[in-house]
Amino acid sequence: MSKPRLVSTIGEKEYYYPGHAACHGCGASIGLRHLLKAIGPNAILAVPAGCTSIIAGRANLSTFGIPFIHTAFGSAASVASGIIEALDRLGKKDVNVVVWAGDGGTFDIGFASLSGAAERGHNILYVLDDNEAYMNTGIQRSGATPRGAWTTTTIKGKKEGKKNILDIMRAHNIPYLATASVAYPLDFHRKVKKALSIKGFKFIHLMSPCPPGWRFDMHLTVEVARKAVLSGVWILMEIENGLLRLNPPSNTMLEKRRLPVEEYVKMQGRFRFLKGELLEEFKRDVERNWERIKKILEEQSR
Amino acid sequence: MSITSRVKKVLTGNHATAYAVMQARVDVIPAYPITPQTTIVEKLDEFIENGLLDASMIRVESEHSAMAAAIGASAAGARTYTATSSHGLLYMYENLWWAANARLPIVATFVTRAIGPPWNIWSDHQDIFTLRDSGWILFMAKNAQEAYDLTLQAFKIAENPNIRLPVGIGYDGFYISHTSEPVEMLAQDEVDAFLPDKRSIKPLLDPSNPYTIGNLPEASFNFLIRKNMWGSMESSIDYIKKVGYEYYLLTGRNYGDLVDKYRCEDADTIFVSIGAMANEGMVAVDRLRSKGHKVGHMALRLLRPYPEDEVIDSIGNAERIIVMSRAVSMGKGGILFTDLIDVVYRNRLNVDVYDIVVGLAGVEVVDNDFIKVYNDVLDGIFDKRETIFLMGGKYV
Amino acid sequence: MSKVLYPVSKPGAGAVGKTSTWRWQRPVINLDKCTKCGLCWLYCPEPAFEINEEGYPVVKYDWCKGCGICYNECPVNAIEMVNEE
Repeated sequence: MSKPRLVSTIGEKEYYYPGHAACHGCGASIGLRHLLKAIGPNAILAVPAGCTSIIAGRANLSTFGIPFIHTAFGSAASVASGIIEALDRLGKKDVNVVVWAGDGGTFDIGFASLSGAAERGHNILYVLDDNEAYMNTGIQRSGATPRGAWTTTTIKGKKEGKKNILDIMRAHNIPYLATASVAYPLDFHRKVKKALSIKGFKFIHLMSPCPPGWRFDMHLTVEVARKAVLSGVWILMEIENGLLRLNPPSNTMLEKRRLPVEEYVKMQGRFRFLKGELLEEFKRDVERNWERIKKILEEQSR
Repeated sequence: MSITSRVKKVLTGNHATAYAVMQARVDVIPAYPITPQTTIVEKLDEFIENGLLDASMIRVESEHSAMAAAIGASAAGARTYTATSSHGLLYMYENLWWAANARLPIVATFVTRAIGPPWNIWSDHQDIFTLRDSGWILFMAKNAQEAYDLTLQAFKIAENPNIRLPVGIGYDGFYISHTSEPVEMLAQDEVDAFLPDKRSIKPLLDPSNPYTIGNLPEASFNFLIRKNMWGSMESSIDYIKKVGYEYYLLTGRNYGDLVDKYRCEDADTIFVSIGAMANEGMVAVDRLRSKGHKVGHMALRLLRPYPEDEVIDSIGNAERIIVMSRAVSMGKGGILFTDLIDVVYRNRLNVDVYDIVVGLAGVEVVDNDFIKVYNDVLDGIFDKRETIFLMGGKYV
Repeated sequence: MSKVLYPVSKPGAGAVGKTSTWRWQRPVINLDKCTKCGLCWLYCPEPAFEINEEGYPVVKYDWCKGCGICYNECPVNAIEMVNEE
């Protein structure tokens, strides 16, 4: 057949149906589509309040071709815990239970339930869809909003930095963690598959730019996501059984072979206040992330 | 070992409940500790660890997550149980409504306890009454035997495919949860025969039939969903009575009556109360009857759906009703009173109704309190339009 | 007793209707330039692409919202955004 190779790599079949309510150029939508391709039909998705509550569409139709439960905002990981235990009781042991939650539902209101499920070691894949603010309610800051970003509740730019959720989840000693980006769907696909092959609680942190929330034109979603990676603001990696590994292209960027951070920042209207000292602090945030990873890698190689 | 023949054991209300849950062979128990509910969950954990109950205990990090996990488990088709009290109930509140609206047949025990601040672990009924509008079918037990019996019946009611509503069993913290009394338990095979096959619970989350639960509907469709829930609630009354009657045939204990009437037949005055204090009300009735007063007592065993027909029937030709509520709707009145008064109005019953609030924050309510109120009502000292607060034999 | 009305939905395209009405520009693929790499298909958030038997991408205009990600990501500039009438 003459179909593109990547089509056969990730499969042609779609479980995410068009005619949904995501905004033009929605990054989360790219993520959802590829998540569903990777987890397949023998899966159950639990989703707390957020953009996906709307994306799922209007009853009695659903955008989702697999069983899907909307949950209370702070509850997705706990609902998933209940599902996995029930499936175990019912002898349906081959069904993948997956959470798809936004940054608000993960960093903030859903954090206790996430931490609880991770600590209990429930056999769940938790995918954090991070668009760095409460977008569905109209762009309010969350614990994931980066320093300097404008939101409707940080109208002169956020003064605080972004919570390092990956380190927090790493401290839960779960068997698999990864970051991913909607600009690298094959990497995301592989990580989802990898996570599903491991028993226990797995966590994937997906960055998905939001055109209306980040203030960039809708055709630039993938390019913004790519610039985040190429400038080193977003680092692709995975941590399997405690061992950290950088993934391409981030694996070539330890020694600062990165685009200037400004290349990423200047594409987005939300960073219009990110200048001067605030911008310098933002860059130091990026450097600190890389330094921490460097240290981890050095300790590992010892 | 499992209970192979009927046995009478001296049990606390909490342990009686735990035995019923074990005998119901639940699949999943997500729970979080709170006084005075805790010993239910501890006992269930012990049953699981000792191999008496083949179930998953999910030791969640909060009550909000307890009900969330119960939602997940029940939606996937498992027989699911949890228990809580007071602040725990309030913390899981959002998900309690979620469970009802998603039509999930979860069974829960609500060991009633006051709400703070100030901190208070003693019983009043303020917590369970926050659920009266939620779509949970709510029972109130007045002793450990009822706690056991109603727990078994609850699974059967909740899982009826034409009802599919969560069922809660309330009883007073400490008065019932922690005091021991003889409880007759059914043999396991009797319970197995009484309850439906737990694998007949329709899973809403099933890869072979991929539904989405909870997508945004048109408002009019949403209205119909709510109306359908109302219909299930209303029509559940007949089924609840049927299950109660079936249970009566099995045990000789009468649950066909949703209102536990005591000496109401020729009464001109009827007390209304629920839970542990109903026992005091019945003692008061005996004492007043022995002096020639025509009084009776009705204990509502079912709070929601409200057993209106039976309440009317129990009122009969009584001239006055004295409602003793252990919970108050701030700015309105005793909650049992406000529940009852619209029945009186809608049915144009010619009866005086008195609104007495007692026992808040666990203040003890005894037979003398009922008798004092009765005497004062006869003496005409109350303005019927007022909500009266009686504490330790004194109006406050 | 009446049947329980569950708050559930079944899967299907068009859960909010045909999203072609959201569009003011449409992607048009120049098949002469197209190298069949599949990136337009890969990145489409709807998805509003399918791959035909020859391996070429085909836009499903009923669903395309006209965001232009395919236009931006096409490595050989084979996609043009054309204004809708």
